[in-house]
Amino acid sequence: MRVAFVNTLLETAKKNKSIMLLTGDLGFSVFEKYIEELPKRYLNMGVAEQNMTGVAAGMAMEGRIGMAMEGRISVIYSIVPFATMRNFEQIRNDICYQNLNVKIVGVGAGFSYGPYGHTHHGLEDIGILRTLANLTIFCPGDPIETTLATEAMLDYIGPVYLRLGRAGEPNIHKTIPSFKIGKGILIEDGTDVTIIGTSTFLQRAWEVTSSLKEKGLQVRLISMHTIKPLDTQIILESTRKTTALFTLEEHSVIGGLGSAVAEVLTENRVNVIFKRIGVPDRFTKAIGNQEYMRKVNGLYVEQIVNTILEKLK
Amino acid sequence: MLNSKELESLKKLAKVAREDIIRMSLHAKSAHMGGSLSCVEILVALYFKIMNIFPKEPENQERDRLIFSKAHDAKALYATLAERGFFGRKILEGYELDGGRLPGHTTRHCVPGVEVSAGALGHGLSMAAGMAYVGKQDNRKFRVFTILSDGECDEGSTWEAILFAGHHGLDNLVAIVDYNKLQGFGFTKDVLDLEPFAAKWLSFGWEVKEINGHNFKEIVGILSKLPLKIGKPSVIIAHTIKGLGGVPIYMNKVSSQYRPPSEKEAKEAIKKLKKG
Repeated sequence: MRVAFVNTLLETAKKNKSIMLLTGDLGFSVFEKYIEELPKRYLNMGVAEQNMTGVAAGMAMEGRIGMAMEGRISVIYSIVPFATMRNFEQIRNDICYQNLNVKIVGVGAGFSYGPYGHTHHGLEDIGILRTLANLTIFCPGDPIETTLATEAMLDYIGPVYLRLGRAGEPNIHKTIPSFKIGKGILIEDGTDVTIIGTSTFLQRAWEVTSSLKEKGLQVRLISMHTIKPLDTQIILESTRKTTALFTLEEHSVIGGLGSAVAEVLTENRVNVIFKRIGVPDRFTKAIGNQEYMRKVNGLYVEQIVNTILEKLK
Repeated sequence: MLNSKELESLKKLAKVAREDIIRMSLHAKSAHMGGSLSCVEILVALYFKIMNIFPKEPENQERDRLIFSKAHDAKALYATLAERGFFGRKILEGYELDGGRLPGHTTRHCVPGVEVSAGALGHGLSMAAGMAYVGKQDNRKFRVFTILSDGECDEGSTWEAILFAGHHGLDNLVAIVDYNKLQGFGFTKDVLDLEPFAAKWLSFGWEVKEINGHNFKEIVGILSKLPLKIGKPSVIIAHTIKGLGGVPIYMNKVSSQYRPPSEKEAKEAIKKLKKG
């Protein structure tokens, strides 16, 4: 996803001179080409995420001569917790309150930085950011969606959070889908169970879907690449087409996709079997890579399939 | 630098601003009168003598920007902007009141001339530095001024911004610290000592000058010589008195941050301003 993001950013920035990339001292083997081609539109802000966010807001308030209407597009980049939590108040006050054209890019969703420990895990970002007015939240699920989300983010005027995995995620989409802000993508249609996946767990959702299909279930699979604004229409449509609905995310079960979908279901008095599948509400002492951390948290494919079958009983 | 006529005129403007601040504090029963009173001369000097501004064209791209980081003292900014003609004085009457246009802490463009939303401390200098950075990058002529409180120099984010501006030599950036020596719940020297304050800024790559922040000759004198040094951001440490020209019993006291004046106190303070 990182590669898809940086390539799209570079291509767009070559055409759009108002783009400015700021990093919190990260980007080794990611930004070198960008820096070489656009040295004046890159700034390493040092390990100072609060200042990075405020500076990005200040830059976004300044238009370029001849492009005054558009202003600058500041893109800030760090690992999920440092891009969203250390600087949360700056995101709230400087960016969202003032509704500025700043793009916040967090890399390392979920357990992408598995062995590094919980300080580096991205498990609460959607929960806290979803409360901020004016903020659009993109959680692309594969490199194809990342390219589309990055283009949409740079085209859209206003604050955006882009949640990225790390590197090496496979493409789930076989063709380029239509990407609209706030519209989930229907990947497969089915009549028994709806699986909604997001971000780094689109792949898991795909794997779970395949496994459930082998067991004879008709599965409807949706990629929810935008968490805010949320596609309530596709959720409610799913409750009419299937009798059970499961959300899959590499994020705390509190506050993320599952919570957002639950809000829609309860406010619409929908009677459907439903479970949020994500990271339980606890810190673990486990150490291991992304897959290991997922397993410890009950998020292996087989574990999720069992959870779903159990719920369907 | 300032002839006696100009000096008298600035002093008169400062008196009107103080009156407005006292009235706003009274009507809204609002806190933060002391810190508003301590930065009156700084604001009046900036808006009437130093900054290149366009009150009838507040978005003019050539304008000097003022990022009022100590936004809890917004009364002082509103009073000055109204006097300078950015908006009608009647709007001041709605300060902090239901349906009014002036929040206790500034909201970007709540009235013409208010550049940023602020109120959480330690945000303004970063935003100002971002503006200054692109101003330099694009060879623009505008300057970015920012007024900080001494209390907000406790914030780590302020020092991140100081480091950043020094590193990039943003000589179109001017920070003015309203150093009234009192913060939320005590004297700065007792709560979290900033001293040696000037030396700290200097060591972060800024050029520093200390002045009496109530003396127009000193304020205008130093602000007419910007940047203090080419290739460096400038900081003016303005020594001030919290609550000056307000209610005497609150002056230079923690209470000046919280106590609105009573009807009687406001009347007496305004009377004294008019006389003196």
